[in-house]
Amino acid sequence: MGSILSDPKIWGIVFLSLKVSALAMLVVVPLAVVVARWLAKPGLRGKALLSALVHLPLVLPPVVTGYGLLLIFGRRGWVGSYLDQFGISFMFSWTGAALAAGLMAFPLVVRPIRLAFETQDSRLEDIAATLGASRWRRFVTIALPLAWPGVLAGLVLGFAKALGEFGATITFVSNIPYETQTLSLAIYTLLQSPSGDRAAITLIGISICLSFLAILASEWTMVVMERKRER
Amino acid sequence: MLDVKIEGVLGTFVIDVDIHAGKGLTVLYGASGAGKSSILRAIAGLWNPCRGLIKFKQQVLYDSDKNINMPTAQRRLGVVFQEPLLFPHMSVAQNLRYGLRENSQGWGSVIALLDLESLLSRMPRNLSGGEAQRVALGRALLSDPQLLLLDEPLTGLDDARRAQVLPYLEKLRDETKIPILYVSHNRDEILRLADTIFLVESGSAKEKLTLEDFEKRTELPPVPRRDKS
Repeated sequence: MGSILSDPKIWGIVFLSLKVSALAMLVVVPLAVVVARWLAKPGLRGKALLSALVHLPLVLPPVVTGYGLLLIFGRRGWVGSYLDQFGISFMFSWTGAALAAGLMAFPLVVRPIRLAFETQDSRLEDIAATLGASRWRRFVTIALPLAWPGVLAGLVLGFAKALGEFGATITFVSNIPYETQTLSLAIYTLLQSPSGDRAAITLIGISICLSFLAILASEWTMVVMERKRER
Repeated sequence: MLDVKIEGVLGTFVIDVDIHAGKGLTVLYGASGAGKSSILRAIAGLWNPCRGLIKFKQQVLYDSDKNINMPTAQRRLGVVFQEPLLFPHMSVAQNLRYGLRENSQGWGSVIALLDLESLLSRMPRNLSGGEAQRVALGRALLSDPQLLLLDEPLTGLDDARRAQVLPYLEKLRDETKIPILYVSHNRDEILRLADTIFLVESGSAKEKLTLEDFEKRTELPPVPRRDKS
């Protein structure tokens, strides 16, 4: 076991996975906040449609989502061919893995944030408006800080989901060691080979630890915030 | 000073208002559900009536004919609702500073007027109902409003707390020169505070009463007097 844990290949895989999930969350969380705020507004037109669109990756077979990404962001895809002119390509690269992971995690990130916005007392923002606060200031100083636990929950849930993403990633960016081979993909590959069991079990252990740590970290942050508020 | 002439539909009844409030404290008096709060919300820009005109001094806040609807944030009104609605994640001082404008009242005089000095570092959840409502009043005052809208600010308090806050409202009326529109269904409050009274009955507010008229007309509308001891 010790020899496996000191294997730089293993840590390369772990580091790549963390990098992919971190980039995915960096892009997805701010976007999710905007969409969630939108969805939480009462009486908004086209809300059902937007909500359905957001939840699509949750119900589609991941292979379909991955193939969709290939069609859109592939070298000859609608967006991909355009980006290609500037030398930007998601194909077979870790940023593509982040795109797939981010898209798959998106509905899970939006949900708790939306709930946090919906359960807020909207009269607090009314009061802020009477005190002269602009829409943006109301959002930054009232709505967002009060929705913070929801944002954190979305972040943790999304990070864990991104870490474990498999179907869309392997369809979109394939399974290339050191570039797109994240934890789940590596575990899958190792399990296919007769001698890969021990390394696979090591990776499984690591992924359990990572997920556990993420949830623990969020619980701890909640406790700290709660204490601060009770001061 | 404040002219409100609006029509609108709210749920099952029609709001039909034509009032003119001058200096001092003007009361909108009526039973619960008569539409008092909606009138106040319309003046604050938090509810849009179907048509009408709302004007304060020379400034048009709302005019359906000319398609004018000034955003709440620009109306310069101080609003206090039945519940204090303090921002729960900010200290009392931060709440008070939220809408602070350099003004004629000044931080110090508002803190003194409402006795807020000892509360400044506390969090809203550690305040009593009366203290929280005083902070809400202070927060509204410090935004240097041209007009104060108070929507039953004492209704959420028990008798003892109400007796504690009432003198502050009297001071507010006498020491600041800000006109106040005050929504209430409590006769005692009105007799102590009001300069002018408008009767609100099922969405309609047109009849103006002086304090003397009001005292005589004891039959006036069904007054839920839960504070009667």
